[in-house]
Amino acid sequence: MDILIFMQQMVNGFSLGSMYALIAIGYTMVYGVLRLINFAHGDIMMVGAFLGYTFMVVFALPFPVAVLLSVTLSALLGMLMDKIAYKPLREAPKISLLITAIGISFFLENAFTVFVGGVPRAFPVPEYMENIFNVAGVTFSTSSITVPIVTLGLLLGILYVLYKTKYGMAIRALSFDIKTVNLMGIDGNTIIALVFALGSGLAAVGGLFWAVNYPSVEPMMGVLVGLKAFAAAVVGGIGSVTGAVLGGFIIGFTEVVVIAFWPEMGGYKDAFAFVFLILVLLFKPTGIMGEDLEKSRF
Amino acid sequence: MILEVCNVTKKFGGVTAIKDTSFHVNLKEIYGLIGPNGAGKTTMFNIITGNYEPTAGSVKFHGQRIDGIKPYKIVHRGIARTFQNIRLFKSMTVLDNVLIGFDYQATYTYFEAILRLPRFFKEERRVRERAFEIMEVLGIAEFADELATSLSYGSQRKVEIARALAANPQLLLLDEPAAGMNPQETHELAELFFKIRDEFDVTILLIEHDMKFVNKLCDRVMVLDYGKTIFEGDIKDAIKNEEVIKAYLGDFKHA
Amino acid sequence: MMNDAIFTKQRLINLGIIITAIWFTWYAQNTLDEYTVRIINNVAIFIILAVSYNLINGVTGQFSLEPNGFVAIGAYVVAILTVDAEGMLYQYDIEDPSAWVLAMQAEFIWALLLAGIISALLALSLSFPVFRVRGDYLAIVTLGFGFIIRILAINSPSITNGSLGINDIPEYSNYLYWTMGAAIITVVAILNIIYSKYGRAMKAVRDDEDAATAMGVDTFKIKTLAFSTSAFFEGIGGGLLAALLTSISPDLFTFFLTFQLLIIIVLGGLGSTTGAILGTIFVMAGLEWMRFLDEPISFMGIETEGTPGMRMVVFSLILILVMLFAREGLMGKKELKDLFKKKKANK
Repeated sequence: MDILIFMQQMVNGFSLGSMYALIAIGYTMVYGVLRLINFAHGDIMMVGAFLGYTFMVVFALPFPVAVLLSVTLSALLGMLMDKIAYKPLREAPKISLLITAIGISFFLENAFTVFVGGVPRAFPVPEYMENIFNVAGVTFSTSSITVPIVTLGLLLGILYVLYKTKYGMAIRALSFDIKTVNLMGIDGNTIIALVFALGSGLAAVGGLFWAVNYPSVEPMMGVLVGLKAFAAAVVGGIGSVTGAVLGGFIIGFTEVVVIAFWPEMGGYKDAFAFVFLILVLLFKPTGIMGEDLEKSRF
Repeated sequence: MILEVCNVTKKFGGVTAIKDTSFHVNLKEIYGLIGPNGAGKTTMFNIITGNYEPTAGSVKFHGQRIDGIKPYKIVHRGIARTFQNIRLFKSMTVLDNVLIGFDYQATYTYFEAILRLPRFFKEERRVRERAFEIMEVLGIAEFADELATSLSYGSQRKVEIARALAANPQLLLLDEPAAGMNPQETHELAELFFKIRDEFDVTILLIEHDMKFVNKLCDRVMVLDYGKTIFEGDIKDAIKNEEVIKAYLGDFKHA
Repeated sequence: MMNDAIFTKQRLINLGIIITAIWFTWYAQNTLDEYTVRIINNVAIFIILAVSYNLINGVTGQFSLEPNGFVAIGAYVVAILTVDAEGMLYQYDIEDPSAWVLAMQAEFIWALLLAGIISALLALSLSFPVFRVRGDYLAIVTLGFGFIIRILAINSPSITNGSLGINDIPEYSNYLYWTMGAAIITVVAILNIIYSKYGRAMKAVRDDEDAATAMGVDTFKIKTLAFSTSAFFEGIGGGLLAALLTSISPDLFTFFLTFQLLIIIVLGGLGSTTGAILGTIFVMAGLEWMRFLDEPISFMGIETEGTPGMRMVVFSLILILVMLFAREGLMGKKELKDLFKKKKANK
């Protein structure tokens, strides 16, 4: 196997893995504090991409501004979702929450289909992102470098927040026990809102990166990606942010590398995440970072 | 000795909930586990029932080790429990709640249930009869078709006990059965337990705070304080023991 | 003895209901027009799907998104087994059908049973990784499972004819006897399960899994039983669907199918079999009625463009609203007989 081609695939894998990682973080954090699989999370990724599209195409704003606005609005959407639909059900049986989450997911997908149209739209990728340059025979585009770097930067940022700030500590405490946090004098609901904001913001970043790398946006784009991202979170160890990133990279790499080596498996690409999920559940249910959620840590 | 706890230690991460504790319970005894909140009593229960595995030490039931066995299997061996905060099945009637305890003893298979073969009817009849017997002893038979959670607190406690008895245990674990009861109710409960011990041939191990209740009911006790045993033995000696008195500062005055 | 009285009275009522249903089937098959009969066929199949989906989701309380996967499997099993070799060779355009696919032929009844059994076996194998672990992974795994089945269907053209699907599946006359018959059997079987120690254990697992374990219930076994049973009947429903539509393709078995069933059992009352039946009738009627949302409307001289997908938007909103404000749905967890029982207790 050609070393150059292999390196090329590594680069692609990193890129794809980062996007899965960004979305996986949101899943794992929400699950950590609420034990809820937020099915609508993948659709936030879609919303982020569409918002970016709108700001750039309709309002002709430059890419960085569009990113900022999209991320902020997505974070707000995440908080809104929690406030309207999840918070009222805090004391309800878990299945009600899960059903509501599915409902919201389905609603977002179809609302966008109705109001924006199901036809994929071309995302206006800024030119500098598409710049290709060659290093020792391996081609990089700006985006394929930016994406992993930004992802790792954001990961470090989140870890900093979690371990070095008061709010972060509250988030981690919450994943142990909801009632304790209220006793500590911090409002548990505010912390949960913060978690949704952070997770949704990251998902939006993931969505925007996705739109840059695969420049078409359509209402269903978050469905499969969301599923894989959740699988990534489980593989890495649900509840662990670092695990989510690890899981994202593993799945991203596998998809890219397997297709490179065995192109005839192309049709099955989307099945890999699921296979990983089953394997992890069979052999190491707590995932790679392996924390038993009874004493969970991020 | 029906139950033997040998040198059990339980750690959760860095916290030691129980430290090198040993005790045993004799056949048909009523044994009390007492101590302040957080002393590790419920943890000990959870170890006996198989919900937790001890970090060190072992638990023996009828001389055989049961630590590490799955909780539902331990029930089949003859240990049943109630919970501190009553955990009845909310959507089910009193009768159905009690029947759950019996279910592992009803011998019909899935297919026999679906096809309504004769054995289904025979076994259902049998367990229902037994269920009513138990409910009658506890005085709740009249509520059989009511939703379990619609009963009064005291009655709900009885349903929980009935449910545990339905599992045909030799050892009954009761977690603060007298919680929330007034002295009159507590007195009746003690009488009920004596009756249960004799009629159902069970040994009782209970966690309690109420010293008067413990004094009336228990033969022997173990007093825990933050995971360590500060006394084990006859109740009569317990109330005279200095350390116990210190830990309970005057609770025994009312005993 | 009081117990006997309960059994006999129940049995009589149940018998009465079954006889009524059989009579209705005969009546409908012979008197009603084709269009209505087709609708009833559809409703009957969905009743099978809803009532079995309710077993794992509502009665056992394990949130699962499995139906579209097992329905697809059932449909393809029946399609492959009942379309003859000639038909397959003619139809399979992407790749030639593989030898064993051509060789597999069976009568409808056996194909149907096999559809159920294969689905149940698959469910059993999924149960091992999922139920062994404490966690809410069932939903994600079954969601992924549905996806995978579709991917497999699309990517195995020698077996399934890929995205082109399988057509010319043999029809059966007096099909209402098949669908209503299967529906009656399914409902009876599921109710028999619920009113037995297994059903009690399933409800216990739903209400409080730890307490159930503490009472000696093998929760892994119970969840596996419920899941496999649901899969079995969903497979059969899928098989019946294949013969009704006479033409299947991977796009038929998307998540929307599961979503529809979810709405049905939620609206009907999560955990109630009667609710699932009522919910099916209600939602199928509602979906038909709401078709107008997807089509152009002419109202008072104003023309609005039809918006495809509007139905789904409305549906998801309904689901969310029900979850927030009317979680118990129509029947809650009660069955029809429980409504009568309550009245007697109050006397």
